[in-house]
Amino acid sequence: MIDKENNWNQKRLKTGVHFMLGNYAAVEGALAAGCDYFAGYPITPANEISERMSQRLPEVGGVFVQGEDELFSIYSVASAALAGAKAMTATASAGFNYMQEGIGYASAVEAPCVILNVQRCRGENFATHADVMQMRWGASGDYETICLAPSSAQELFDYTLLGFNLAEKYRNPVIIMSETTIALMRERVLVPSYDEIEIVNRAYTDLQPDAYLPFKAEENAPPPMAPLGKGYHTLYTLNYHNEDGSIEWDPKGYDKLYKRITGKIWENRKDICRTEGYLLDDAETVIITYGSEVRPAMDAVRMAREDGQKIGLLKLVTVWPVPEEDIREVAKGVKKVYALEMNIGKYAREIERVCSRYCTVERITKNQGIIHTKDEIYQAIKG
Amino acid sequence: MSVKQNPLRKYIRDGNLPHFFCSGCGCGQVLNYFLKAVDDLDMNLDEIVTIGGVGCTARIPVYLSTDTFHGVHGRTLAWATGIKLYKPELKVVIFAGDGDLVSIGGNHFLHAMRRNLDVTVILVNNFNFAMTGGQVAPTTLFDSITMTTPYGSKENCLDICKLAETAGATYVSRWNTDKPMQSVNSIKKALQHKGFSLVEIMSQCPTNFGRYSLKTGDTKKVLDWIVDKSVPKAKAEKMSNEDLADKFVIGEFVHTEKPVFLGTTVYNQDEK
Ligand SMILES: Cc1ncc(C[n+]2csc(CCOP(=O)(O)OP(=O)(O)O)c2C)c(N)n1
Repeated sequence: MIDKENNWNQKRLKTGVHFMLGNYAAVEGALAAGCDYFAGYPITPANEISERMSQRLPEVGGVFVQGEDELFSIYSVASAALAGAKAMTATASAGFNYMQEGIGYASAVEAPCVILNVQRCRGENFATHADVMQMRWGASGDYETICLAPSSAQELFDYTLLGFNLAEKYRNPVIIMSETTIALMRERVLVPSYDEIEIVNRAYTDLQPDAYLPFKAEENAPPPMAPLGKGYHTLYTLNYHNEDGSIEWDPKGYDKLYKRITGKIWENRKDICRTEGYLLDDAETVIITYGSEVRPAMDAVRMAREDGQKIGLLKLVTVWPVPEEDIREVAKGVKKVYALEMNIGKYAREIERVCSRYCTVERITKNQGIIHTKDEIYQAIKG
Repeated sequence: MSVKQNPLRKYIRDGNLPHFFCSGCGCGQVLNYFLKAVDDLDMNLDEIVTIGGVGCTARIPVYLSTDTFHGVHGRTLAWATGIKLYKPELKVVIFAGDGDLVSIGGNHFLHAMRRNLDVTVILVNNFNFAMTGGQVAPTTLFDSITMTTPYGSKENCLDICKLAETAGATYVSRWNTDKPMQSVNSIKKALQHKGFSLVEIMSQCPTNFGRYSLKTGDTKKVLDWIVDKSVPKAKAEKMSNEDLADKFVIGEFVHTEKPVFLGTTVYNQDEK
């Protein structure tokens, strides 16, 4: 694992202002976070991530591997993470399907890692939010993912960095939900300086092997890890495991384990969840959206404001876990919420679930492989 | 009164015995062969990561006092790659059933060998999917009766050692559970080998393969079936392909050196 204080290689950080491809920005964000292992398998529109990683990682002492498929990617990322790496993989929807199995494993053994998924439309590289539900519970078994939704190249940098930090803090897979729109867009990206970057590293145990129990943890918290190859003899199994790692079935233990594994995310959502509000103070209606849809939504809100309409915007940085408190707070003060997304209407169900008690919810959806235009949204929200 | 303990007992994870293998199963023998090899070589188990996927064979590492990965079907070599590339100083040993290694995990197997990943694979070939109850496997002989081939298997079976040789494995050998010395010696060579090593051990599964394919649950009869079909390499070289059709050649097939895999592209400071 990269230790910022001692062996941070200055080549890692390209401090300054760049005109940069979204996919490249994600790579730079990962490097800033200390990423030192990447596995990928070719797929458009995520290829530039592997390509840049193959160049950047080896030169800063990291490992790059192009595997035989996405199952390889996710499992080698999970095992490298347990061996100490800050590990990442990137793919697009079809490859993300294959990764579900390994995301289930990484969740069960609490392997911190980052998975970037550039969503695309069933075999075609058009824009979509169609996989938003798969980000949450695509794998079998109980788990909660952390999923962040960037809306620009800058946020691909920022959220990938944040994603690593959250993965380390909670020993959990983190998914960066990217989209064709931003992945293949070139924009201004500011890479901060060394001093401005906060790095979180997982907690390691200070116990000796004899006293260490690999899955003993505080309530709703991850257990401290043990280094691999140092005599701790940790069993990392998908099967139900007791605090000592053994796989002898215990009904109550099973219940307790998955309460903790899901609780460490769900019960800490105040720490994990991030939203950004615009023009909410006097708003009577609010658009709630995420990802690249934030961009035209912002324009539409400004247009409607010019007409005198009291409308605001709530941007969900964290899509999973659902930032319920922030959404509820908004719903309480308005007449109507618009659930805006680029699919048949999926996350809208979550917004309806949280908001319906307080206000009406109207869906604005578009499922054509093309992002909403500001005019389309403006028309939809015009009183 | 002191109770004598098996000298290899010290390598077993506390509290995990008795094991879950059926009586007569060869997995316990393979576990012993591995530990004997480790003990003979005086290796430090702290520095060995053992891996099992799922299956009866895959349970072997769960009993070992090591860092262990377990519980997912067929992904053992993907795990091994992540560990070896990040921590090349650790030794990685995989215990795999034939279904785990060449059916669901076949693609990973192929590419790990092609890359010459520095890992040891101990394959327990029991000619069927044992843990799931005796279904046809890629190693099941043509015309065999299994739980999913009631009218006989119409699938050709795979010679995994030949595949390994072609794909680029740098140490390959095959024995059966009736050859403990040879098995232990091969495992020792594999553990000392730098590069991809495969030791296939043909093993009796009286409960499933025996009862369904050979119509006997008798351990000795199932093992006899394997032994009767096993032909030493030197003898096989003088036999016709026809005579070898239903036989399993045993011996050491490959032992070479090649650069090991360190990543798909590796930065060399000195060259820049
Ligand atoms: C993804 C997945 N598919 C199927 C199974 C069911 N399953 C459990 S063990 C096994 C294979 C057992 O055969 P083999 O790998 O040859 O090992 P053996 O039990 O014979 O030692 C299968 C298919 C599973 N656990 N996971």
